[in-house]
This record gives sequence, C-alpha cells and structure tokens, in this order.
Amino acid sequence: MLRSSLLAVVLVTAAPLSQAQSTLKIAILGPMAFVQGENHWAGAEMARDEINRGGGISVGGKRLPVELVRIDTNEIQSVPDATNAIERAITRDKADFLVGGFRSEAVLAMQEIAMDNKKIFLGAGAAHSKLGINVETNYDRYKYWFRVTPVKDADLVRQSFAALGEVAAQIRKQLGKDSPKVAILAEKAVWVEGIVAAAQKNLPAMKMEVLGLWQPSAVATDVTAELAAIDRAGADIVFTLLSGPVGIVVGRQMGERGMKAIAFGINVEAQKDAFWQATASKGNYVSTLETIAEVEITPKTVPFVRAFKARFKKSPTYNAGTYDAIMLLKEAIEKAETTDADKLVPVLEKTVFTGITGVIEFDKRHDPLWGPGKVPGLAVQWQDGEKVPFWPPQVKGTRPFKMPAPK
Amino acid sequence: MLQDILVTGLVNGGVYALLAIGFSLVFGVARIVNIAHTAFYMLAAYCFYTLLVTAKLNVVLAALIAIAAVTALAALCYRLVIEPVRSHESAVLIATIALGLIFQELMLVAFGGNFLGIPSAIDGVVSFLGVSIPYQRLLILVVAAAVLAATWVVLYRTRLGLAIRATANDLEVANLMGMDVNRVAMVAVALSVALAAIAGVVVAPVFVVDPLMWLAPLVTMLAIVVLGGLGSLKGSLLGALIIGYVEAITVFALPQGAFLKGAVALSIMVVVLLVRPEGLFGVAFEEER
Repeated sequence: MLRSSLLAVVLVTAAPLSQAQSTLKIAILGPMAFVQGENHWAGAEMARDEINRGGGISVGGKRLPVELVRIDTNEIQSVPDATNAIERAITRDKADFLVGGFRSEAVLAMQEIAMDNKKIFLGAGAAHSKLGINVETNYDRYKYWFRVTPVKDADLVRQSFAALGEVAAQIRKQLGKDSPKVAILAEKAVWVEGIVAAAQKNLPAMKMEVLGLWQPSAVATDVTAELAAIDRAGADIVFTLLSGPVGIVVGRQMGERGMKAIAFGINVEAQKDAFWQATASKGNYVSTLETIAEVEITPKTVPFVRAFKARFKKSPTYNAGTYDAIMLLKEAIEKAETTDADKLVPVLEKTVFTGITGVIEFDKRHDPLWGPGKVPGLAVQWQDGEKVPFWPPQVKGTRPFKMPAPK
Repeated sequence: MLQDILVTGLVNGGVYALLAIGFSLVFGVARIVNIAHTAFYMLAAYCFYTLLVTAKLNVVLAALIAIAAVTALAALCYRLVIEPVRSHESAVLIATIALGLIFQELMLVAFGGNFLGIPSAIDGVVSFLGVSIPYQRLLILVVAAAVLAATWVVLYRTRLGLAIRATANDLEVANLMGMDVNRVAMVAVALSVALAAIAGVVVAPVFVVDPLMWLAPLVTMLAIVVLGGLGSLKGSLLGALIIGYVEAITVFALPQGAFLKGAVALSIMVVVLLVRPEGLFGVAFEEER
C-alpha cells in the first residue's frame, strides 16, 4: 500500500517535469548532401541564432530557446527516404514544428505524414500547386501546411512571362527585331507542362515568334544536338524550363558554342553560386528567375544576404527561406501565446510578415501572395561570374540586363 | 539540317566510343562484365577535378596522376572484389554493381551532391559545314582514335596482348600452358579501367561532374556494346557512331521527343538482342558456352 502510494506521488510529481518544455524543437527537412539542404540548414541556423541571442521565443510569458534538428531527407534521390525522415523527426526526435522540403513529389508525400500527426509544416522549397490545393479541398486535414517559399508554380509562370517581356523589349530595342524568335527548351517533367502550354499560347500575343519546343531529359549530360537545332532555327531567346543538372549543361554548351541567343526562364542550377564554376565560366548571360538576392526587396533582404555571405562564404538560395519560416513562426507563437498547432493555424492565416523574400501573406490555400508589395520574385543574369539581379527594375539594387556581343 | 546531323552524330559518337571501348575490352578479353566501368570513369573525373581545380596542378600532370591512380585502384578492386568471385558471372555482375554504388556514395560524402565543372583543355570553337564544334570535342575524337589504335597495338602486336587473347580464348589451356591467368585478367581490367579513366579526364570537361554521372553513360554504353557485339572493339566503335547518329536524328527530327534519345538507343539494344544476339561483330552466345 505504502509502496503504491509512494509510486503514485512520484508519478504525479514527475509527470509535469517530464512534460515541461525546455526548448522549441524545429526539424529542418532537406537533402543535406545537396546545396538545397545546405541552404535549408544555413537559413535556419541564421534564424535560430538571432532568436536565441534575443532570449528565445516567448510562449505565454516563458522564453524558450530554439533547438534545430537536422533531418536529411535525401529526397532528390529517394522519396521513401524523405517519408522515413519526416516520420523519424516526428516520432523519435519529437519535433514541435517542421520546416523545409524541396522536391515536390517528396514534399507531397511528407505533407501527408505531417498532417496525419497534426504538425505545422512550413514549406521552403516545393512549388507544386497541389500542396496548396490540398488545403483548399480538405481544410481540416491539410490546414497545418503553409508554403513560405517559393511562390506556387502558377505564380512562377506569371513571373517568368513578366520578366521575359522585359528581355524581349531589350532585344527589340538593341537588335531592331519586332518579333524576337523564341525556342522553348524544357526538360521532360510534369512541372513544365502547364508552363509550356501557356508559353505557346501567350508568347505570340506578346509579339514573340515561337520556333518550337525541345525537350531533353532533366538529367541529360549533353544537349549539343538540341542547341545545334536551336541555333539553326535562328533563335534570339532560349526560354528555359530546367530544374535538373541539364541546366548547367545548357549554360555551358551555349557558352562553348558562342550562341547569340539569350537563355532566360527557370534554371534552378543557375540560381546557385556554384553555377559559374560548374559551367567552367562558360555560363555568361544565362538568366533565370530567382527569389532572393542582394537587392532591397524589403529592408531585411540586404542585411540578411550580407550576413549570410559573411558567415557561409556564399549567397543564399531560396531554400534559405527557412529563415523567414522560423521568424514568421516565432511571431505567430508569440502572438498566439502557445505552441498548440490548432491555435496557431488561424494566427498564421492572418499573419502579414515582412521577411527577406517579400511581405508574406497567405491566401486560402496557405500559399504566399505573389506580386509587387507581396513576394515579387526576381530575375538574375550571370555577368562575368557575378549573378546580377535585373528584374523587377523598380527594386532598388537591380542592374541592366546584358546581351552578348553580336557574332 | 543534314550537316548538323552529320557533324553532331560524329562528335557525339566519338565521345561514346571512348567510353565503350574499355568496357568492351574487359568483356572481350576477360569475360568480365564490369558494371563499375563508368564508376571508374566518374572517379577519374573527380580525381582530375581535385588535382586541376582544387590543387591547381598542370593539366597534363593532373590527367596523368588521375589516370594512374584510378587504374591502380581498379587493380586493387580486382584483387579484392572481382577475383574471389570471378568464376561466378552473376556474382561478378553483382559485385561490380555494388562497387559502383559504393564509389557513388563515397563521392557524395566527399564532394556533396553539387555539380562540378572541369575547364576545357582547349578553349574555342571551330565552324565546320556551318556547325560550331568546340575544340574539346575534337580532342575527344582524336583521343578516341588514338586510344583505339593503341589498344589494337597492345592486343595484337605485344606479348602481353598475346597472353590476354590466349586467356580470353581458353582460360584452362592458358592456365595449363603456365600463364598466370589471374594476373592477365587483372592487367586486362587495369587496361580497361585506364581507358575509362582517360575517358573521364577527356570527356568530363564537356559534361558535368557529379556522383550520379556514371549511370547515364552506363546505359548508353550497354546499348553500344550490345549493338556492336559484346567484346568487339570495332563493333564498339561502330556501335558508338550509330548510337551517336541515331540520337542526333531523334533530336533533329523530333525536337519535342529529344528526351527519347536514350530510350531509342535502348530500343535498338533490345531489337538487336532479339534479332541478332551476337550484335554486329560479336561472338554468338552459343559459341561462348
């Protein structure tokens, strides 16, 4: 009897101690052996250190430091690895929040596991619309998902057409061509299908002549035949839709061939600092959409990029948007005075957060709003080894777009 | 368009030939299907990158060290991994797949998954029939021709070549005649991997270096050697040119289906296996048994 009573007392007194939270655990999910994961982690470290220097996150009057858990999803190589990784983050590492993800297929699978466990998952890498459509069509299940960066794929299309219009205008002015000729070079992948259809439909309306569509594999190591055909067709612009290593091959081989056409579009590899080295300095004039650069998107952008460069000796990619995700989460937790996911969701939905990539405000699909004054996006061009932001021109810090010298 | 196809097919065929010759050689002379062949090509590319870009060595010195180091590693791998299971063909196949994957993961750990670029040995382009060809690709053509010639000389004009061919012809008789057949096989593997390493050093500058770079050429190479005939060097050369041209024709005739060029090459491989299993110049499977 006495023994039972003592045990009961111990259990009653020990339970609150074991439940008392000493840190806020945030799992950073990313392919850590790849540049995407490196940026996920680096952006998160910046946020953690800034928050912890300021005393942590205030939860109902108690300040808790942020503890990051590094979760290698290996999602570029394997989707099952990613689902195992997020499962581990939730069950073994007991993460309170989930941040990151890159490859849409993997993030869609990880989203399911996060939702099963009612964990808030802030995306910082995948653009597929389906992630947000899930929230709209089955709100009660998917409401814990929020996409912080990038904007959804449909907005990337709008962004790329807006910037392409700017490039075409420069070609008209400099080369005196009323209808610049455009070759669409899109890797064979699901994400490009809508963009290709939109380009084929809209570019003629934008006074551009579409020469054709070339579709190499996303992992093609050689596109000389494609480029020879594009060259022969007399293209002025190569509108690229490339997320895989073929983006490097295109940049390098266009440079090697001395093509007069300009490459513009989405080229994920060209967003990385390593692109110049990977193309052996041949990727001059290659341009691509971008999310973050050392320009004044918001007052926070330039200081963040400079601090990032000073600390990690490289520029951030959009996956370093984990910084925004964690800072935004901090603001929401402090406003809600709780870490309870169900109570945080409505607060996050009403959040208007000025981050490094723009002013983040979520729509009904929990996607960030795209456009001037929201998350505007950027376009950058490689100019003699430097990634130069050139669009939108109204953003302070952008510089002119350059054309190769005529042959 | 015709001149584009002619020039592009020839240049790309040269690239493939350089990769396929070594693979075909080791099968032809040692009956070893070395799936890790292109993994050694990847290792040579990484080694060359490290010496040239990181250590900033002279391009010729970096190339020689990379080729020598990878060849030595191949000899070691033969002794430790292939030789103990050599009598079981399927075990060799599995062991070399494992070797390739181990090398891939090691490079992933050492260099990360980032894509690396190796500068061209010779910069610039030449215009031929109105088609721009980078000098580095011409260098590949020249090296492929030289390597093929050198391989032929080694096999048909030296005592080592005689031993290799004798071992390939009949292992047991060669053994009874006093030849160290394992040593001959090791030399054949080393020679073959040396060719892969040369390919890594010469071809990698026109591609991108990453831990998965060995997989795509492996598939193309298999298509080439099946088409040309397993073990036939001249078959490999011809197969490489045919695949190079087929891919060029696919891209030019069907731009929207450019991604299919690999599938077209593999389809050719399947058709050849069904219609003429010995390929263009290979030995019929029945005769091998």
